Amino acid sequence: MESTMDSQTMPAETGNPNMAAVARRQRWQDIAFHRITQSFSLLVLIALVGIIASLFINAWPAFHKFGVNFIWRVEWDVVNEEFGAAIAITGTLLSAGIAMLIAVPLAFGIALFLTETCPVWLRRPLGTAIELLAAVPSIIYGMFGLFVFAPLFADYFQMPVQQLIGSMPLIGWLVGGATNGIGILAAGIILAFMVLPFVAAVMRDVFAIVPPILRESAYGLGCTTWEVVRGVVLPYTQKGVIGGVMLGLGRALGETMAVTFVIGNAQRMPSSLFSPGTSIASTLANEFGEAVDFHVATLFALAFLLFVITFVVLAAAKILLMRAERAKGF
Amino acid sequence: MNTKRTLLKTVAAAAFATLAMGSALAADITGAGATFPFPVYAKWAEAYKKETGIGLNYQSIGSSGGIRQIRAKTVAFGATDAPVAGDALDKDGMVQFPAIIGGTVPIFNVAGFAQGEMRMTGPVLAEIFMGTVSKWNDPKIAALNPGKTLPDQVITVVHRADGSGTTFNWTDYLSAVSKPWADTVGKGAAVKWPANTSIGGKGNEGVAATVTRIKGSVGYVEYAFAKKNNIAYMALQNKDGKFVRPDDKTFAAAAAGVDWFGVPGMGVSMVNAAGADSWPVSTASFILMYKNPDDKAQSAEVLKFFDWAFKNGKTMALELDYVPLPAKLTADIQSKVWSQIAK
Repeated sequence: MESTMDSQTMPAETGNPNMAAVARRQRWQDIAFHRITQSFSLLVLIALVGIIASLFINAWPAFHKFGVNFIWRVEWDVVNEEFGAAIAITGTLLSAGIAMLIAVPLAFGIALFLTETCPVWLRRPLGTAIELLAAVPSIIYGMFGLFVFAPLFADYFQMPVQQLIGSMPLIGWLVGGATNGIGILAAGIILAFMVLPFVAAVMRDVFAIVPPILRESAYGLGCTTWEVVRGVVLPYTQKGVIGGVMLGLGRALGETMAVTFVIGNAQRMPSSLFSPGTSIASTLANEFGEAVDFHVATLFALAFLLFVITFVVLAAAKILLMRAERAKGF
Repeated sequence: MNTKRTLLKTVAAAAFATLAMGSALAADITGAGATFPFPVYAKWAEAYKKETGIGLNYQSIGSSGGIRQIRAKTVAFGATDAPVAGDALDKDGMVQFPAIIGGTVPIFNVAGFAQGEMRMTGPVLAEIFMGTVSKWNDPKIAALNPGKTLPDQVITVVHRADGSGTTFNWTDYLSAVSKPWADTVGKGAAVKWPANTSIGGKGNEGVAATVTRIKGSVGYVEYAFAKKNNIAYMALQNKDGKFVRPDDKTFAAAAAGVDWFGVPGMGVSMVNAAGADSWPVSTASFILMYKNPDDKAQSAEVLKFFDWAFKNGKTMALELDYVPLPAKLTADIQSKVWSQIAK
């Protein structure tokens, strides 16, 4: 700060030795600044590599014993030391997938309402309410899910739906099993509640940055709100929208406490949307405390796989985005 | 400015003084392990600190955590619900002794039964947990409860999702009373639950919450937890064929019939104990210590603490629905086990 002041007040004469000294000092300051900030970002990189490496080293006994088959083995038997990740991976992907199916359209609608059609006086309270929802700790969602949501869900959704379509061919199996309000679908719905505010808040923020001139020109041409959204707002904000969705998906994949409460924690392949299952994160939370020897290695292997899944999901999103941009000719 | 500085100095001096005093006075005993006996250890520790000024820093991180910590020598004693085998103890140069007794009880959610009125036998319970008896009106359950109407309802089995000493105790019992269970499932802090209705709850409170919310469910929790929360539990048939209800007397009866020194390392399983009044799912919680500890002074403090607890902690244990060890057993522990620890 001081140095910029100096250089501004300095007379613009060439060959002033004072000025050369200032320039030299500034250069050193810039280099030091560069190095310091660089070391900060390297710290993150080192932590990331350290985590991956330590996960893999600890997981090695499991990978060594089961090989790649570990990923699709449907088995989790602690007593006989037979392990496989398929059950937990299925539970993780299914519950996160259901959550995104519910949360993304809802968040999209909320964000559009807030930026396009909401009366100005309502914008602030509604927006704040959504942000507050994001601040609720996940254990609260879990308790809400188990104590309040699950009994209601069993009586007023699972039972009627099972009676209605449970005996239909092709789709009946989806709603089979015990209707006790706990399971993959319940976990997905609770997760949807949890990621909704994140996705909605990001979407609202990116929709708000669309230059008014673009939007107003489109309205001037006689477009409906939906046409403006489809033709102007969405193409302009595509990157941010996908970013918001990925943020939500990342949270859904790794969520632990809320899922543990409502997913049922059963190490069995789910046979329907109502049946209990388990996710990678909830398996880790449940079993790590009392795991010994080889069991610990398999839990590390699960953690490593969760890391890989999250990474693949993020990478896929980036690639999709790059393709879309290339197609548009950016 | 000046007053501020003197104030700061005083505060710093005071803080330093307390720190120095703290390190000089309280060579706190450190221990880690089982969560099941934690409430009673905590209560003992509080009373012991009042009397002697020596505190106990006990971390209830789970039985296997306790075994890990004592092997890593980060604590003066480890605590575990599932006893460590005799040869493993010898290999590590450790001794093991029981410190407190408690029990696990089957809880259920079916209307029309007073507390402890539903009667159950071990083999039928094993079949329920295996899923081969899948409805409450199964003739096997009905035969044990004559004159009661049982609903035509699917049984949902609720188990601990986290690894736990309670699960070890429960599956140890089911293995003892049912050969099919012992052959296909076995015992452990976490097992592969065979019934296809089974769901897991986290901790005693998770199992209890799930059982009280799902109609027709059955689960198992630590006795103190069921009693405190007034959850419906069953009466179980014991080895002598009598139906007993869980309480401190039936736990004590189970402990009385046990030959503690019949197994190396005192790792006796108390499940399915003989005796007309014995509760069949009783368990002891064990303490692990080194025979040749690195810190002999700490180790002696641990023994002093348990000596005090065995003598003065009985009422406190009973208040929390645990069963203190009988006097003869604690005397035997002192003469046969503690004598092996180098002073």
